[in-house]
Amino acid sequence: MLEIKDLRARVAGEGEDILHGIDLSLSAGEVHAIMGPNGSGKSTLSHVLAGREGYEVTGGTVTFRGEDLLDLEPEERSRAGLFLAFQYPIEIPGVTTTTFLRTAVNAHRKARGEEELDPMQFLKHLRKKTKALAISDEMLKRPVNVGFSGGEKKRNEILQMALLEPYMAVLDETDSGLDIDALKVVADGVNALRSPERATLVITHYQRLLDYIVPDHVHVLAGGRIVRSGGKELAHELEAKGYAGIVPEAA
Amino acid sequence: MAKSTPQSLVVPYADAFERVAGGLPGAGTPWIDALRRGAVEGLRAEGFPHRKTEAWKYTDVRRVVQTVFEPAAADDRPLPADIAADLAETVGEEPAAVFVNGRFRADLSQLDGLGKGVHVSTLAEGLARDDGLLSSHLGQLMAIDGMPFARLNTALMADGLVLRLDRGAEAAATLHLVSITLPVVEDGEAVPTAAYPRHLIVAGANSRAKLVETHLGGGEGGMLAAGLTEISVGEGARLAHYRHQADSASATNIAAALVRLSKDAVYESFSLVTGAELSRYEAHAVLDGPGADCRISGAYLVDGNRHADLTIVITHAQPDGRSRQVFKGVLDDQARAAFQGRIEVAREAQRTDGHQLNKALLLSPKAEIDAKPELEIFADDVKCSHGATAGRLDPQGLFYLRSRGIDEAVARRLLVEAFVQDAIDEIEDEAVRARFHAAVSRRLGGGEAATLSASEETAA
Repeated sequence: MLEIKDLRARVAGEGEDILHGIDLSLSAGEVHAIMGPNGSGKSTLSHVLAGREGYEVTGGTVTFRGEDLLDLEPEERSRAGLFLAFQYPIEIPGVTTTTFLRTAVNAHRKARGEEELDPMQFLKHLRKKTKALAISDEMLKRPVNVGFSGGEKKRNEILQMALLEPYMAVLDETDSGLDIDALKVVADGVNALRSPERATLVITHYQRLLDYIVPDHVHVLAGGRIVRSGGKELAHELEAKGYAGIVPEAA
Repeated sequence: MAKSTPQSLVVPYADAFERVAGGLPGAGTPWIDALRRGAVEGLRAEGFPHRKTEAWKYTDVRRVVQTVFEPAAADDRPLPADIAADLAETVGEEPAAVFVNGRFRADLSQLDGLGKGVHVSTLAEGLARDDGLLSSHLGQLMAIDGMPFARLNTALMADGLVLRLDRGAEAAATLHLVSITLPVVEDGEAVPTAAYPRHLIVAGANSRAKLVETHLGGGEGGMLAAGLTEISVGEGARLAHYRHQADSASATNIAAALVRLSKDAVYESFSLVTGAELSRYEAHAVLDGPGADCRISGAYLVDGNRHADLTIVITHAQPDGRSRQVFKGVLDDQARAAFQGRIEVAREAQRTDGHQLNKALLLSPKAEIDAKPELEIFADDVKCSHGATAGRLDPQGLFYLRSRGIDEAVARRLLVEAFVQDAIDEIEDEAVRARFHAAVSRRLGGGEAATLSASEETAA
């Protein structure tokens, strides 16, 4: 599904790399978690995968479903089946959530050679997904993420994921700012999409989310490198010992 | 060639006036002759604006006035197919007064359905028969010092819309005022031609009306439209005045509206600028009775080498008035725009509430906006605010949309439309709001997104 080899990247224009050679391989059906302390390069990794401006890849390769991911524009990555749930979803004043969602879904349908959905067809399709995520019609009428609470923003991210049905989702600190109920709703949304054809990469600081989205593999990122990999028990070890216990230099 | 001065540039215009004056409607009626001649004398004395004329600092009209425009003659040509289609789409089934190169076209107009107490006529016939409404109102609303094109209009006005609302009259339908400019071609050469439509609106006490003014233009060739609209909103009356300037890309449109509001009167206006090579819209409103409410907002979209100027002067002369200006501009390529917004509050105008905002979105590093917000306050108990911003498209928003599979061009259009929509939402009339939004969407090369969001809103 996703093959990252010796990936090195920095903030454009800066002298030093933040990622110092990441190697990571995800197969279909798997859930991987990347854990790491602040400043370890977690966000940089998710931004580079999504193609955000302002980062420079200085070495290595990323192959997604056989394609050179780094060669694709952000919209092409999305249409190829990669989804990034943002740590801080962006507010877009003036664009209603429904319009945004439908434009995105139709962009994907068009790329697949399918008929675009008209507003009524889309609403039907949308309602099926909003119920499970406790997203109200009122929320859909509001401009994208404007005036949304932290939990609403994250639920909106998961709604987008549910609509776009990506092959691979990257969840960037999706647990930040969520109370336990919101966390469960979000985790249920993610788990509903788990299937043998899909993969998920959960990027998080805390072990908490991994109680609900149980990973097959856990990797510890520190100083721009993966310093340890293991099974889900590695997350519990981190919880017990803290990063300092696992990665002495990260204390 | 001798160096031109602001005054010498006026000479060919004054000469043209002398040539045609005897044939203008109302010629021989003393007050009309005096009004026209006074305007020409004022223009001779003042000259055309130049670089150092403060009110015209950001809009250079020297190239315009170096061209000597012939006053347009009556024009009964059939409309080109594209303009005819635009006209039909704009007007639909609603009553419309249509002017071509400044002259009323009965064959294109339809004035039924406005209801009782709503009187529509033309300036040409009013001047010819020395109508009392004209002699008591025309050219008397406010001074036009520093407004050279308003002076030209006053000197050379030949026709226009005269709308009178009786006390308490309520227009049963929205009235369209459509101004079409068509290039004049002689022996295969375009002749620079100017139209000077002059409109007068007198809304009696407690009357209600909605006016949609649309400017359309066809073909290449230097056309100047220099319209002037005088509007008197009577006590407790309510006038909505929406304007869409969609002139041809080679046209020059320099227009002004002079508005006087009586006690508790409401004037709600919105000006959408998507056309013309060079345009200026100047609105002067005086809140001349207590409790008046004046809203002058707008949006301007310019690209290429276009230039748009919006100059708004709102004068609070009496207490308890409210005024509001919300403008949004989108500038691409090398386009330029000027926004000058001024709120004056006289000593008597206590408890005035005035608000002004201009936001410009610069889509290209070469686009330029000059914004000059001004407050002049002599009363001590007032609430006035103004703001002006200029910025670029939010790169984070753009990335967010793209990361969901939306093409960059579509993402940009969504963001620009959303930016403009905010100003368009100032429009109270739902049908006009939807129409203007669609016009913006078309102008931005979309058409799709607008119809989507409109229908989605009703469906959701």
